[in-house]
Amino acid sequence: MSMPMYVPPEQLIKDRAEFAKKGISLGRPIVVIDYADGVLLLGENPSGSLQKIGEIYDKVAFAGVGRFNEFESLRVAGIRYADLKGYSYGRSDVTARGLANAYAQTLAQVFTHEVKPFEIEVIVAEIGDAASDTQIYRIQYDGTLIDLKRFGVIGGEEEALAARLEEGYTDGLELAATLALGCGAIEAIGDDPIEPSGWEAAVLDRANGRRKFRRVSTETIAAARS
Amino acid sequence: MSLGASRFITGPLPLDSVVPEASFVALLESEGMAPRWEAFAGGEIETPEATTILALKYADGVVMAGDRRATAGNVIAHRRMKKVFAADDYSAVAISGTAGMAVELIKLFQTELEHYEKIEGMRLSLEGKANYLARMVRNHLPLAFQGLVVVPLFCGYDEEASEGRLYTFDVVGGRYEERDYAATGSGGGEAKSFIKAVHDPSADEAAAIRVAVEALIAAAEEDAATGGPDTRRGIYPNVVTVTADGFSEIEEDTVAAVAAEALEARP
Repeated sequence: MSMPMYVPPEQLIKDRAEFAKKGISLGRPIVVIDYADGVLLLGENPSGSLQKIGEIYDKVAFAGVGRFNEFESLRVAGIRYADLKGYSYGRSDVTARGLANAYAQTLAQVFTHEVKPFEIEVIVAEIGDAASDTQIYRIQYDGTLIDLKRFGVIGGEEEALAARLEEGYTDGLELAATLALGCGAIEAIGDDPIEPSGWEAAVLDRANGRRKFRRVSTETIAAARS
Repeated sequence: MSLGASRFITGPLPLDSVVPEASFVALLESEGMAPRWEAFAGGEIETPEATTILALKYADGVVMAGDRRATAGNVIAHRRMKKVFAADDYSAVAISGTAGMAVELIKLFQTELEHYEKIEGMRLSLEGKANYLARMVRNHLPLAFQGLVVVPLFCGYDEEASEGRLYTFDVVGGRYEERDYAATGSGGGEAKSFIKAVHDPSADEAAAIRVAVEALIAAAEEDAATGGPDTRRGIYPNVVTVTADGFSEIEEDTVAAVAAEALEARP
């Protein structure tokens, strides 16, 4: 009988983390920016039908990078979590903090228990009645949960992108200026200019009714960049 | 219905699939949380009943309205009950019958439509929504034999055909598309004969709202279970419209003004 080869746990975790990071770094990044009326979620996405940004609940939105089927399964599970919770209790009991925790536990479990870790990162954002109520959470492939202020970046070239946003960001930006900042930063780290139709953008806007989530049209993006 | 918390609310999220994928009701069933609507042995029970609701088509879409009274036998159970709701951004639903069950049915229907829209990235077709509501009504059939009946009205703006459409239902889940107007509940017959005499499918919004409010007044005059406008307490019918611009609730002040005019003009 042959003995299985011993792999120290440190090495195992390191290998898994490297595998996941490699997959994520290949993906196009997504930025989430806190602006005057709410939160903007923005990324390059040539596909009009395979979306990376989605509505979870009244004030909560989702964005994911990496393998589509993997973050899509988290998006769907998040909608189920939110609708079940809101239906069983009350609409205001559904929060980004609760969802981010559930995602963190889910990703941590997959990271250690499954054959292969998920090659994804996700962001959960929530707005409240006041600008100071905005919450942005980033959840990494291993379940690490990070609470962000002002803006967040997930996906490839994350550090370079964050540095560019840091440079251009000021408090209380309007939507058009925020779109210009986000699109400009993503374009600057890539090779080619991106057509207005090549973006996927959505906002959580305090001015909307009960459901704060709205997709941003190609025309709005084009106008913001001209 | 189980009161235990779902796996979704505690701990890591289950990533396994539910069939059908985009249905909230299927999800509730898979989690053992679906409301149970079966009949129990024992006599009939008397619960609050929601009464008259109506809807009629006009030039821009459909107007839907309901009185505010709920009765249990000869007792007025609620004076300010709401019977007309947004089903989603482009449709409205109103209920008559056993109030408690009807309100739960509406909440489930609204959640189902929103859940589907979020997961699939698009709304169900208007026909799809009406068919789904019919199935939900059909599910209540065992209780209908005990006298606990829910009969909704459903209307919406068909984004594909660019027109307002209106559906009625029966207890066994029959679904019927109406061409011009519909009313149900205890005062429904009276409301319907009123609308029949004056209905004009090319009327503008103000005229259509006036007909809806007047039909409820007519129903309240003949049916004790229907509440007319109560100017002393400030209780007025709920009136909504669904047009190409979507669902919109008519403000109470507007309805109050229409009701005052209509009451004045009554013979």
